[in-house]
Amino acid sequence: MRHDHIISAKQLSRADIETVLDHAADIAADPGAYAGRHEGTLLGLCFFEPSTRTKMSFTTAMKRLGGDIVDMGPVDSSSVKKGESLADTVRVVEGYADALVLRHPMEGSAKMASEFVDAPLVNAGDGAGQHPTQTLLDLYTIRENAGFEDLTVGIMGDLKYGRTVHSLAHALTNVDARQHFISPESLRLPRSVRYDLHQEGAEVREHTDLDEILPELDVLYVTRIQRERFPDESEYRAVAGQYQIDSETLSQAKDDLTVMHPLPRVDEIDYDVDDTDHAAYFQQAHNGVPVRMALLDLMLGGERE
Amino acid sequence: MSDQQLRVSKIRNGTVIDHIAGGQSLNVLAILGIDGTSGDSVSVAMNMPSDRLGKKDIVKVEGRELSQDEVDVLSLIAPAASINIIREYDVVEKHRVERPEVVEGVLECPNRGCITTEDEPVDSRFAVVDDGVRCEYCDTIIRDDIAEHIVAE
Ligand SMILES: [Zn+2]
Repeated sequence: MRHDHIISAKQLSRADIETVLDHAADIAADPGAYAGRHEGTLLGLCFFEPSTRTKMSFTTAMKRLGGDIVDMGPVDSSSVKKGESLADTVRVVEGYADALVLRHPMEGSAKMASEFVDAPLVNAGDGAGQHPTQTLLDLYTIRENAGFEDLTVGIMGDLKYGRTVHSLAHALTNVDARQHFISPESLRLPRSVRYDLHQEGAEVREHTDLDEILPELDVLYVTRIQRERFPDESEYRAVAGQYQIDSETLSQAKDDLTVMHPLPRVDEIDYDVDDTDHAAYFQQAHNGVPVRMALLDLMLGGERE
Repeated sequence: MSDQQLRVSKIRNGTVIDHIAGGQSLNVLAILGIDGTSGDSVSVAMNMPSDRLGKKDIVKVEGRELSQDEVDVLSLIAPAASINIIREYDVVEKHRVERPEVVEGVLECPNRGCITTEDEPVDSRFAVVDDGVRCEYCDTIIRDDIAEHIVAE
């Protein structure tokens, strides 16, 4: 791979994506073969906002590769509250660890932090910005279930604030998928993302109604619509129901439709979908470990022939 | 030289920026970091009649030749501007502004969630795109109101 730092899904070419996913598939097929491969390696976890699952997923990945983690701990007790800059924090942690993982509430923080360190840095979410490892595990799940050829993906829910959505849209453009965005008017894709997709020549359509497009989809990626995004409760109630699915909704879909969700869900996917062949969201969550193992292995100098 | 331009006194050595869109000259001065404290002698003519622009502003800066970087940044708010470098009352160079690829440290990101708005040792950096500029950190695009985001010196 050409990139030392993994900041944005935008930087990942189709070849990069395929390299990581192929490597993840090898690892998933025989995880034992990779145990101990990075013995003695330390991964520095800098989580400036809580994200237990992402942190556990990176921890698991590093430990399965034989390495270990150093964790700066919860934000309250760290120097952040004392006013230390992010630039200083990552330079200090770089002295302890061989690679860094950063989760931070400000957009652009991972890009800025990467300018201050030589050790490889992975963006594990920066505000409403990017979350490229989520995107890679999403792509891995899509490739496993639907493949990348002649692919039609629907992405539904809060498209405005959902960083997983923004990263995924860029990556889907790189694998030439047709993309349909389904959301309330007020939660459409942000201008900058639409601008990029347009520039990249992506095949994109926007809808307010899932029914319009559901029968054409190979993948339906559902995200949560957050109540707090709406100025008042009644406005929220007016739209929320339209973007919830259950097994009844999916009767209009292709038999092999794959339903995904970055989790945790609240009520946007009914539990009755879990028992259908459509449900791929738990598989998606588990895929985080082999995908992050693959990425770390490649970043830390593992060769992929 | 037309009668209109004569309203502003000629300068001996320095730069004349002509064809600034009417009302933008103070933003031009802000971009150049000219606030009168450095002792530069500066003349400004505002809302002069112009065939090309309807109304235009003119800025004359005595004793200072603008660098290409400064000129590039001007293009964001004064795309029609022409730059005349004056030596001994003569125009020795005349060129139009060109859009730069990147402007650094000149504009402040309007996104309050952007890391460049925090107290970090980093300058703002915007890529110049088709019809605006775009924060290289958070991707926020500024289109119409670029001058409002000029960093206060
Ligand atoms: Zn920004």
